[in-house]
Amino acid sequence: MEAWAAEKEQDLKTGNAVSVLQDPMVPEQFRVVRRKSETADTFTLILERAQRDRAFEFQPGQFNMLYVFGVGEVPISISGDPAQHDRLVHTIRAVGTVTRALDKLRKEAVVGVRGPFGRGWPLEKARQHDVVIVAGGIGLAPLRPAIYHLLRHRDAYGRVALLYGARTPDDILYLKELEKWRGRFDMDVQVTVDRAMGDWFGNVGVVTQLVRKAEFNPDQAIAMVCGPEIMMRFTIYELQRRGMQNDRIYVSMERNMKCAIGFCGHCQYGPKFICKDGPVFPYTEIENLFGIREI
Amino acid sequence: MENLDVILKKHPFFHGMTEEHLRFIAGCAANEVYKSGEYLFREGESANKFYFIRQGHVSLELHAPERGVLTIQTLGEGDVLGWSWLIPPYKWHFDARATTLTRVLALDGKCLRKKCEEDYQLGYELMKRIAHIMEERLHATRLQLLDMYGVHA
Ligand SMILES: Cc1cc2nc3c(=O)[nH]c(=O)nc-3n(C[C@H](O)[C@H](O)[C@H](O)COP(=O)(O)OP(=O)(O)OC[C@H]3O[C@@H](n4cnc5c(N)ncnc54)[C@H](O)[C@@H]3O)c2cc1C
Ligand code: FES
Repeated sequence: MEAWAAEKEQDLKTGNAVSVLQDPMVPEQFRVVRRKSETADTFTLILERAQRDRAFEFQPGQFNMLYVFGVGEVPISISGDPAQHDRLVHTIRAVGTVTRALDKLRKEAVVGVRGPFGRGWPLEKARQHDVVIVAGGIGLAPLRPAIYHLLRHRDAYGRVALLYGARTPDDILYLKELEKWRGRFDMDVQVTVDRAMGDWFGNVGVVTQLVRKAEFNPDQAIAMVCGPEIMMRFTIYELQRRGMQNDRIYVSMERNMKCAIGFCGHCQYGPKFICKDGPVFPYTEIENLFGIREI
Repeated sequence: MENLDVILKKHPFFHGMTEEHLRFIAGCAANEVYKSGEYLFREGESANKFYFIRQGHVSLELHAPERGVLTIQTLGEGDVLGWSWLIPPYKWHFDARATTLTRVLALDGKCLRKKCEEDYQLGYELMKRIAHIMEERLHATRLQLLDMYGVHA
């Protein structure tokens, strides 16, 4: 284990609360209060501060570094309601060493948390405008706090469209919530899957195709896009085809991270650091880098 | 009730077509209604029509032995369905099933094929538009094949 990680672990074991408060490199202890399976490989952890002394505030689109003792640390977006300050919600897909270790945590387990970090979705800029949200797969998780915000301040925004694509019907995240949102008259919710058997009555086709029909005014709308990079690339083409300018399109980027505060250079993306300049970027800031094979 | 040529004119597929061609195409068009569960066509049948979905939803399906019915794509209001009427041997390669009450404008492919042979300008205008739809569908299919949401270790 690297020196900084060993120090961090020691801090956590001794409950060194003072340094925890002040040092962004030192994780704070949180307890798992609930774990919920979302799909076959995706789950949600609801966490509370071990010392329930302060609120946890964040901006939709920001992320935390979650640390599993003795295993490692990964960046995970916050997927809960930004108005709820007493708990942290993270939806995680188990893909590798750390995320699989997170998958094994159960109620009362302790997790190290650093954050919140990064720049979130442009919810202020979007005020009075139409908002089109395009999410693919686990990409709905970082967008959910933005959706909660939009719905809580519904009168401050124009039309709101949520376009969500998943691999199969079984991979759809937050199904109950999607159904609830779809029942609202002030939000257009479209869900599609890439493949389905005959017992699925919803849309089949790629999420980019939903952009074509969504109701929003491309001259003034703001688009927020999150998903695999290839999905974001083709969503951007569709948004551009609808007449949207690049400065109105926002994307959330992912790269491996270590420090999450702009020191180590691990997450460097051209001249940008995803951890502190992003993860959410206006497309204008990264269009020259986007889709380039190696940066 | 709106005239068929007015309905056609409003559809983006026909934007930029001459009045004369639109009038001719309208002459080959008819309104059709399908109840939920009814098939517009089945795999292997002669493909003599193409459709503009005015209302409702249509599911394009393939029946795979041991796997059952696979939905390849769903189409809805404003979508165009079918180009097999244009390409020999003029057979459908999949089933098209209405999943809700569906109203379509059905164009007689045989009548259009004949006219396209006589009037190359009309043939070209139709081909251009169909090629565009084919490109969109091919592109969407490629993205589906990429399995974008899979874990790519
Ligand atoms: C800002 C930011 C926010 C993020 N938010 C979330 C979130 O809300 N929920 C979430 O589940 N993940 C999120 N991620 C991705 C998450 O950080 C990675 O999945 C995680 O770091 C993988 O670590 P691991 O140790 O589990 O896998 P590793 O052992 O490092 O990787 C194992 C294998 O999994 C593959 N892999 C790694 N990452 C991904 C990935 N993202 N998608 C598909 N395959 C992958 C690799 O190809 C590798 O072969 C976010 C990443 C960033 C940068
Ligand atoms: S993770 Fe260290 S600079 Fe971004």
